[in-house]
Formats: sequence, C-alpha cells, structure tokens
Amino acid sequence: MPATCDQPRRAWVEHVMSMPVSIHVRGPLAREGAADLAVRAAVAELHRTEELFSVFRPDSEVSRIRSGALDPADADPLVLEVAALCRRAREITDGWFDADLPGPDGVRRFNPTGLVKGWVTERVTDRLSEALPDHDVLVNAGGDIAVRCRRTDTPGWSLGIEDPADRGRVLATVRLRTGGMATSGTAARGAHIVDPATGIPATGLRSVTVVGPRLLWADVQATAAFARGEACCEHLGRLDGHLSFVVLGDGSTRTLRGADRVTPRFPRARPATSQGEGQH
Amino acid sequence: MVTRQKEEGSVRRIVMAGVGTTALLVLLLRFDASNRDASAEAAPIAKGTATVSGTFTGDAVPTRHGQVQVRIVIENGRITKAEAIDYPRNNHKDQEINSWVVPKLEQATLDTNGTGIDSYSGATVTSEGYQQSLQSALDQAAK
Repeated sequence: MPATCDQPRRAWVEHVMSMPVSIHVRGPLAREGAADLAVRAAVAELHRTEELFSVFRPDSEVSRIRSGALDPADADPLVLEVAALCRRAREITDGWFDADLPGPDGVRRFNPTGLVKGWVTERVTDRLSEALPDHDVLVNAGGDIAVRCRRTDTPGWSLGIEDPADRGRVLATVRLRTGGMATSGTAARGAHIVDPATGIPATGLRSVTVVGPRLLWADVQATAAFARGEACCEHLGRLDGHLSFVVLGDGSTRTLRGADRVTPRFPRARPATSQGEGQH
Repeated sequence: MVTRQKEEGSVRRIVMAGVGTTALLVLLLRFDASNRDASAEAAPIAKGTATVSGTFTGDAVPTRHGQVQVRIVIENGRITKAEAIDYPRNNHKDQEINSWVVPKLEQATLDTNGTGIDSYSGATVTSEGYQQSLQSALDQAAK
C-alpha cells in the first residue's frame, strides 16, 4: 500500500444544520463533472434531512412531533427509522444516549439531533461511494468523519484527532479506509451534551473520540461516553470493533480497544426456499 | 486425518479443521452463513492416498453475496497454506465485513503542519468557527 496518493483530489464545503460539511473525493474523476454531480446529490440529501429533522425549524416533522401537531405514527419513514435507531442507541449505551431529552422546562421531548448527524453523514457517504466506483470518499460533518475507499492503490485516509485544549494541535492520527470517527467534546460549542437522566451538561471529560466500522454507532458511543464521564473508559474498552481515545479532565489521555470484529454479523441463512428475498 | 477429510469431501471442512487464519475463518463463516447448500458443492479433493501433497483449488461457488473460491496447499497431509482467491468485495458491506480490523493510533502529539493528515476530528465545529479550523485550511487546499 503506497504511503502517498497520486490520484486527483477535490474538496467541497457546504454549510448544513449550522455546521460545515467537507466532502473529499479522490480518484480519476475527482475533478470532473461526474464527481461534482454526485456531490451535489449528497448535499441535496443533507438539506432534505435538515428540513425533516431540524428542531430549530417549526415546520420540520420533528418539530411538529415535539409540539404534538404530528402523530409519530404518521411521520416520514426516515423519521421512523431514526426513532428506531434512537431506541437501539439507548439500549446499547445503558441509557447514556437518549433522544428523549429533558428541555429547560423539564419536559422530555423527542430530539434525535445527536443521532441524525452521524446517521445522515454515513448515509450520504455510502451514496457518494456507490455513485463513484473506483473512487475514495470522505465526508466530515463538523468533526465527525465517514470514509469509504473503493480504490486499492491508495492509502487509507489519515484522520487527525484534535487536542481539545489547543485545536491547532493533533493528539493522534488513525488511518482508515472504511468506517467512521466521531469526537464529542465541549471545545467548539461549550457544554451542550447533557446527562440524559438529569438534563445537566456533562463536564467531566475534555473529549471522547470513537473509531468504528460505522460512523452512526461510533458517534452514538462517543456522545454517550462523554455524558457518562470517566467511567466510560471501562465501557469503551469492551466495545468490540472499536478504538476509543479519551482526553480526561486533567488532560491525560486513555486509548481503549475492543476486540477486532471477527464475527460477521449476518443472521444464519434461512432455508433455501426463502432465500433471495432481500434479507440482510 | 486425511482419510476423514476425504469422507467429508469439502474444501470448507478441510480448511475449517486445519487452518487458524483469522481472515479466512471470517470469510468461511460468512460463506457458511450466506449459503450452506452452495458450500457443499465445493469439489471433493484429496482422493485416495494416505498422505497428500499439492495445491488444491476449490470450485468457485456462487453465494447470495457473491462468488467464493478457496485454494489450499497440502504438504504430507497437512495444510500449510490457505487463501481465498475470490471472495465478495463488490459492495461496502462485504468490504467492511471482510476487512474490518480495529485500527491503531498511529502517531501521537503532532504539530499540524505538513503531516499528511486528510481530515480532522474534534468537538462539533460551528459554521462560525469553521474559518479558523484546521479542516478549513485543508479544504481550501483541495478545492
């Protein structure tokens, strides 16, 4: 595997959901119209997602669910999908990730914002990668990164973890061909991650970075770990298929690795007569 | 051992019995889960003799997730090498499942200039804060 990449490369930046989204493509058509077209489609999907999920837009489906104007059962299938993923996220994090967050008034309302970003970033990365065979793609949504490499002559993307105390420095790098890296912390937006049980902002850690095969779940784990505080280290060390990097309150760091994921997560094959029905 | 292998007559079983190569095991488990019937169609090998040497290539077997083909090298009845010479790698899920290994932290405490970093992860950047970010400089360079 070469250490450098000679392929043409191009970057696009779009501001969606009040954050910058950087899209990088490398491969023979990176600077041609085909890549531009695929990126435009990805950006359009990001904007559609914001229209559906934004808690700041009173007309979004999520806002209407929060106000009681829309019965969740009548919501867009994508909203239902996200709601189901939020329930799954709560299960796998022992309740430390929760989309039913208490607001300033103490009332709990559906707020999937913490999951939607990772979910949609991974989604558009997959779409881009499908649209651009023989290319590598990277999508960085406000610091959470999804990558897919479909070339075989390129090195993995080199992803740097910022020092939360000095954002001009990098604490470590990870090379990744397929998967996601998510960081939760207070360095850029202040204390915005709350303990789901109390609604009180979490402040015990400086940052938590989680790397895994899917950005969606790496992001959920990073958010939950940040809310959990220092006790998250034990949980992250048992997280198979994931690498985590924690900056504690005193600035010291912990690196935690679960087991390599060697067991495929396919269900057992069904009887031959029922194969080919699109089961996964 | 060889005799028993002959009776069972499948590349999959021989490899399962004799090889601890993790990657291959992953592949074969996956193969198994994908289509158990197809795996039984792999060509019988190691006919007849008590000790066998040589290179054996199983039939390419279509599975629901793509084609799988395995080659093994046997020396004096022992498998000394096994490799998948064809396996599904057409879509992302396959690549992910066939290749995912927890990555390592590569370097610690870097100055940020000129280190070949492709992208930066940190606490969520706001659009207002983006202009000052490391990522912004990278994006500008590749526009």
